[in-house]
Amino acid sequence: MKILVCISKAPDTTSKIAFSDNNTKFDENGVQFIVNPYDEWYALVRALEIKETLGGTVTTLSVGGADYEPIIRKALAIGADDAVRIDAAESDSLYVAKQIANYAKGKGFDIIFCGKETINYNGSVVPGMVAELLDLPYVALAHKIDLAGNTATIMREVPGGEEVLEVNTPFVLSAAKGMAEQRIPNMRGIMAARTKPLAVEAASAADASTTVKGYSLPPAKSGCKYITPENAGDLIRILHEEAKAL
Amino acid sequence: MRTDLYQGHDYYLMDEWLTEEHKLIRETARAWVKKEVSPIIEEAAEKCKFPEHLLKGLGEIGAFGPYIPTEYGGAGLDQIAYGLIMQELERCDSGLRSTASVQSSLVMYPIYKYGNEEQRKKYLPKLASGEWMGCFGLTEPDFGSNPGGMITNFKDMGDHYLLNGAKMWISNAPFAQIAVVWAKNEQGRIHGLIVERGMEGFTTPTMHGKWSLRASDTGELIFDNVKVPKENLLPGKNGLGAPLGCLDSARYGIAWGAIGAALDCYDVALRYSKERIQFGKPIGAFQLQQKKLAEMITEITKAQLLTYRLGQLRNEGRATSAQISMAKRNNLAMAKQIISDARQILGAMGITGEYPVMRHMMNLESVITYEGTHDIHLLITGMDITGFDAFK
Ligand SMILES: Cc1cc2nc3c(=O)[nH]c(=O)nc-3n(C[C@H](O)[C@H](O)[C@H](O)COP(=O)(O)OP(=O)(O)OC[C@H]3O[C@@H](n4cnc5c(N)ncnc54)[C@H](O)[C@@H]3O)c2cc1C
Repeated sequence: MKILVCISKAPDTTSKIAFSDNNTKFDENGVQFIVNPYDEWYALVRALEIKETLGGTVTTLSVGGADYEPIIRKALAIGADDAVRIDAAESDSLYVAKQIANYAKGKGFDIIFCGKETINYNGSVVPGMVAELLDLPYVALAHKIDLAGNTATIMREVPGGEEVLEVNTPFVLSAAKGMAEQRIPNMRGIMAARTKPLAVEAASAADASTTVKGYSLPPAKSGCKYITPENAGDLIRILHEEAKAL
Repeated sequence: MRTDLYQGHDYYLMDEWLTEEHKLIRETARAWVKKEVSPIIEEAAEKCKFPEHLLKGLGEIGAFGPYIPTEYGGAGLDQIAYGLIMQELERCDSGLRSTASVQSSLVMYPIYKYGNEEQRKKYLPKLASGEWMGCFGLTEPDFGSNPGGMITNFKDMGDHYLLNGAKMWISNAPFAQIAVVWAKNEQGRIHGLIVERGMEGFTTPTMHGKWSLRASDTGELIFDNVKVPKENLLPGKNGLGAPLGCLDSARYGIAWGAIGAALDCYDVALRYSKERIQFGKPIGAFQLQQKKLAEMITEITKAQLLTYRLGQLRNEGRATSAQISMAKRNNLAMAKQIISDARQILGAMGITGEYPVMRHMMNLESVITYEGTHDIHLLITGMDITGFDAFK
């Protein structure tokens, strides 16, 4: 199996969220970046498991600047064979998808793994766009994949149950929780990552199709309201009039 | 124990001095600790038993001899990386760090530094992976701060050495496969010998009743006419300086470890101070609690700077024993104070096993005593700056 895993960075979940440039840019000052958990824990680890049982290679692909390299080294330490970074400022989803598709085109990848979303922008659209641009089948939000020859059996959650799909390679898949267990790199992996190839390629010509007009934070949480048992009737009124939940 | 929410604290942006690989090594150790150790450490401490199933994982994250060259199974890392791993382990528990310190600095280090090529090849790779564990026998019932007075001795019997004596307070002794034992020859000169489990006359009874370092096993080493093959003598160095050289390496790791214990308690106390409401506001909004928290992070930051610099000096081979003593002593005093303040910030919750603070507090009572007591390190600094020996 020749597998490509798309790896994005995301701010650590404990980061303080702030914006700059008139609220049009995420302020990266002081933010610690991690490998996007869906890309790392589920997509990459499952790709490595497949490689370990069926043989083959796992290449990671990231679209971003030089600040991506620690993230990429971690993916290599976990076990990817080599990595590619498309040297481009991340722009909108279509731009990123075009970079991935342009790179992958004609390279003969059997499976292109993505995480189901990045935990910062939660767009969930890049893998679908990549599939469309490459004219490949796409399975979204998969939580289990098994392979027999070139046929994959994939399970995905649907509201209230589960859907089982069959698809032949090559295809694109977005990985959801449950696909694999977190793998902590070991020292041997960290040492091996020093010398694994990390190719930097120039971005292909593509334009962003959207521009950000502004970000805003959700309204601050208001504290708890206590209602005494004698005034239980108030609960209905508050839910109705204030929370507008009824 | 509650979910381990620990986050590092880097007030002076010292991470900028670390390489990406240093950070990955630290992150790896932290993730492993949170996954494998935090959920079980409280129970291990309660049961007073080292969780032996962790040994393989400790080997995998590079906690055993990370600075030993790769040809002997180590990771060939620098001293800062070693320090960071020790910090992450002790952040969880000093007993966990002790197990790794002993293996790295007191067993692998002397075999690497004072051993011959056959000894290095035979022992180091297995020790690095955790397949074999080692212990270090210096202290005796009647000789603690004054190990030079030791009674344990060996005689040259022609084709082997005959070892007699007893060591006490030995970390890892109950389960170790090998012991690096310091004993006097017939001329009264101290040498290191590798004693293997299974050698006739060698036993390692567990010591019971500890209220400190409960998640680390401590035992005795008893040598009753043990025949030690001659090839098990460490040829590279003898005299008291040989074991003291190992202690330098271990004490350096402890200096980092103590910062870990302090960081954990600061982290817990800071979070608690924002969540615990009294008199209608978070206790962190009261000046008295802020004083404690502000002083904690100040002292941690000072210790981080001191210790990072010591790491640089060790990387360059320039750190003196006295400089290492200063860092061990300073950081233990710092950590003990912070832990005590953190315990108070947590009120009654602070005495329970829900939080790690009491366990750290009890652990540090060992750490401030072993590897040279607090007093002994002061005497080392005193002698270094005045030139007068106040030991005897
Ligand atoms: C949990 C644990 C694990 C340990 N693991 C190991 C191990 O793996 N290997 C090993 O060899 N040892 C180990 N030790 C032993 C440790 O190194 C000794 O306990 C330590 O060196 C102190 O010796 P002691 O307990 O005999 O105290 P003592 O030397 O008797 O000291 C008692 C008190 O007298 C003070 N004192 C001593 N001499 C002087 C002086 N000249 N001037 C002023 N004050 C002085 C000391 O500071 C101390 O306060 C361990 C100890 C513990 C608690």
